[in-house]
Amino acid sequence: MKLIARLTLHVCLLTGACFAAAPVPDAAKPGEELARLAEVSGHYGGHLTIGERAEPKTLNPVTATDAVSREVIGRLMGDLIEINRSTQQTEPALAKSWKISPDGRTFTLQLRKGIRFSDGHPFDADDVVFSFNVYMDEAIDSPQRDLLIIDGKPILVTELDQYTVRFALPRPYAAAERLFDGLAMMPKHLLEKPYREGHFIQAWSLNAQAAEVAGLGPFRLKQYVPGQRIAVERNPYYWKVDRENQRLPYLDELVFLFVGTEDAQVMRFEAGETDIVSRLSSENYNLLSREKSRLGSQLADMGPSLEYNFLLFNLNDLNGKKLDEVAGKQAWFRDLKFRQAISAAVDRDSIVRLVYGARGTALWGNVGPGNKLWINQNIPHPQRSVETARQLLKSAGYSWNQSGQLLDTAGRPVEFSIITSSSNSQRMKMATLLQDDLSHLGMQVHVVPLEFRAMIDRVFQSFDYDAAIMGLGGGDADPNPEMNVWAFAGTSHLWHLGETKPASDWERELDQLMQQQMVTLDYTKRKQLYDRAQQLIADNLPFVFLGTPNILASASARVGNFHPAVIDPYTLWNADELYIRDPARENAGVR
Amino acid sequence: MRPKTVILITCLAGLHLILLCAGFFAPYDPTTQDRELPYAPPTRIHFKDDSGFHVRPFVYAWTSVLDGDQAGSYKEDTSRELPLDFFVRGPSYKLLGAYVTTTVHLFGVDAPGKVLLFGTDGYGRDEFSRVLFGGQISVAAGITATFIALLTGSIFGIIAGYYGRWIDESLMGVTELFLSLPWLYFLLGVRAFLPLHLSTLRTFFLLTSVIGLIGWARPARLVRGLVLSSRNRNYVLAARGFGGSDFYILRRHLLPEVLGLLLTQAALLVPRYIAAEVTLSFFGLGVNEPVPSWGNMLSTLQQYSVLVSYGWLLAPACALVVTSVLYSSLADMFHSRLKSYST
Repeated sequence: MKLIARLTLHVCLLTGACFAAAPVPDAAKPGEELARLAEVSGHYGGHLTIGERAEPKTLNPVTATDAVSREVIGRLMGDLIEINRSTQQTEPALAKSWKISPDGRTFTLQLRKGIRFSDGHPFDADDVVFSFNVYMDEAIDSPQRDLLIIDGKPILVTELDQYTVRFALPRPYAAAERLFDGLAMMPKHLLEKPYREGHFIQAWSLNAQAAEVAGLGPFRLKQYVPGQRIAVERNPYYWKVDRENQRLPYLDELVFLFVGTEDAQVMRFEAGETDIVSRLSSENYNLLSREKSRLGSQLADMGPSLEYNFLLFNLNDLNGKKLDEVAGKQAWFRDLKFRQAISAAVDRDSIVRLVYGARGTALWGNVGPGNKLWINQNIPHPQRSVETARQLLKSAGYSWNQSGQLLDTAGRPVEFSIITSSSNSQRMKMATLLQDDLSHLGMQVHVVPLEFRAMIDRVFQSFDYDAAIMGLGGGDADPNPEMNVWAFAGTSHLWHLGETKPASDWERELDQLMQQQMVTLDYTKRKQLYDRAQQLIADNLPFVFLGTPNILASASARVGNFHPAVIDPYTLWNADELYIRDPARENAGVR
Repeated sequence: MRPKTVILITCLAGLHLILLCAGFFAPYDPTTQDRELPYAPPTRIHFKDDSGFHVRPFVYAWTSVLDGDQAGSYKEDTSRELPLDFFVRGPSYKLLGAYVTTTVHLFGVDAPGKVLLFGTDGYGRDEFSRVLFGGQISVAAGITATFIALLTGSIFGIIAGYYGRWIDESLMGVTELFLSLPWLYFLLGVRAFLPLHLSTLRTFFLLTSVIGLIGWARPARLVRGLVLSSRNRNYVLAARGFGGSDFYILRRHLLPEVLGLLLTQAALLVPRYIAAEVTLSFFGLGVNEPVPSWGNMLSTLQQYSVLVSYGWLLAPACALVVTSVLYSSLADMFHSRLKSYST
């Protein structure tokens, strides 16, 4: 009996520990400059659970590179200027306003006064200067550093007074304010010591105590259970308020469960164990929509994503590599007419129907219809035509033998393989469809699924491949993140990596256009430059563009203010606005 | 022969005959895509319509539903009955894998209608034809790989068990090495070492030898244990006392002892090795698209949505189960015969 009583006590204590009261939102202080979201309403309380495909690797915003870590850190930290995911435009965040000098080289940011970190410590210009020093520190080598070093020179950050910071750029930089999104402002009072002592990289690991981690995001760290979950609770000092001047966020707690795969995410969601799933494949989306009546969930098809999937030919310089077989095939791949013929023979409609279950869009260029500000509408969308493809090949000197096999000018049969990641079923399917499409041209194509890292190694290091199906993009709508793909020295200039000078005239022009758009401040002029760049890409086909999936997400019926976006993070960008619907209260008119 | 045995042997022979003449029994080419019919469910065979019962079965074609709640699913186009024809002309194929090229198929319907006994996969390819053609490769690969594994395993096992001492120790050391190797990394290495594309024939040899290489260690240890225990039995000692050579003792006394074990092992290993190809295809070592094999067909079921939405794609799994049951019954039969023979 005693034992039972003790056990009950333990259970009570444990549940008590798990559901300890969430911090109460702090009352607004005089002089505290809060951001008011006039459109947003909801009510306090509740937990939200999200299934993650992997475990985060760190909570350190400077060293985090993987998607899951960034998703969690993004909820804990705040940025100076944010990109509103629904309008794709920048808007004030920790900086309440900013001024750009007429030459476009100096940004003066006015910080919000009186706001506090999640541990209650005030935030001011010292923290901003400290954060930028860390990001630009060569010894720490954060992934964000590349963005902040322009022409080899760092951005100069100067504190003008306690709430004013000036950023001086070495040269004009288009849409520089977008750079601030994703640069979390860190607390100097907590991180200066490890930084001075030279072990900043180890700071804020997953083992960090909740009290050691503080940020300006809507939530703060509560508990991390290795292999299972990470829980974050309301930041009582968060600097945004809703329509009724209630301090956000509404949720008491956000729990990230580590479930493993997309399929596991879907199963947990179906079982009601998690509340939101994003980055759904069309198959899983269709599966959930068939169960919509049973689950009562909200489904969101946000239209085309910013990602582009493409067929890539190996045009790398293979001198000094023992890859004679690949080098022999490069004569075909370098021939524009050959690439045009392939583009003409690809049945993109089938890709959209069979790969994306009609929840996707065919692509003929690197910018798809999801990017409304930057798409070049003049890029033609020719229908699939095997006849055109055959004409193109014929005019390039190719012929067909008795059995219909395509022969090149030297009489060799055209045969190559397409590598793709075996864990990406959508790209595997594209490859199989392409194989069949190209067989109508007499090409013998082999589909070779490879383990993901093995494939990346071939594309980036060994160059031992003929063609590959890959995807890029999806980060931001702006052209600047595309620099590393289209500038000839870019790290993702996949078809020809490590160029020391542009290999052709069009690549030179493309490089110039991309460099120019980066320093042009006027949107219309920039758009003209980027339109021309898109035209060049579509004409010269370094990639044969295939398609882009729609952004698909789902949330349980009880989640309010669920507004997924096409830019990452797709569903949690407005985590501060999400709330748990309470039908009883809503019917009574109480919100 | 007992009737049970007769039934079993007939079934096994029938299975292999069907697989061997896959082209005749399959109504379509296993690699032809029909992009209008992805994930079409199995065609229903009808005998009755409004006018009554028909002796000759007929089918309706599938048409896809384009809009509404059921978009993406299929319904029967009942406006036209398509009677099932037998011994029809269709896509050409090579009978028995030999030089005879023919176009006669057991059954079919008039184009554009299709008879899809097991539905279609994500590319609109006929699943029934793929199961039959895939079975050719998978069953042959399973049997060959089992043969390699058991042959290697029993040779090393018998030598180790019979001669003992340092030979035993070193051979068993090798098996331990093989059992403890991290195969994942080994396979990644093998893949990096090989050319990107391999023909189906080379893939077949690669597949069987990789599986055999991975699999020989366990049977080797089993065989070695058995030989070790029987080599000191009185009848073996007596044979040796009468001057029997090592070879004689191995052949006359030890091999029959091991045979039952090997047959049981074979029955267990054949289906397991057929399924092992799923793993290997993940590393790009399996049979590649568009050529079907039960392994690569099953690998599409690794996607949860496919598994729960398109049940008919489990057909290769069912075929695998049937094959396994037949093989294990065969092993049982052998086992009991050998037992009655040895006692």
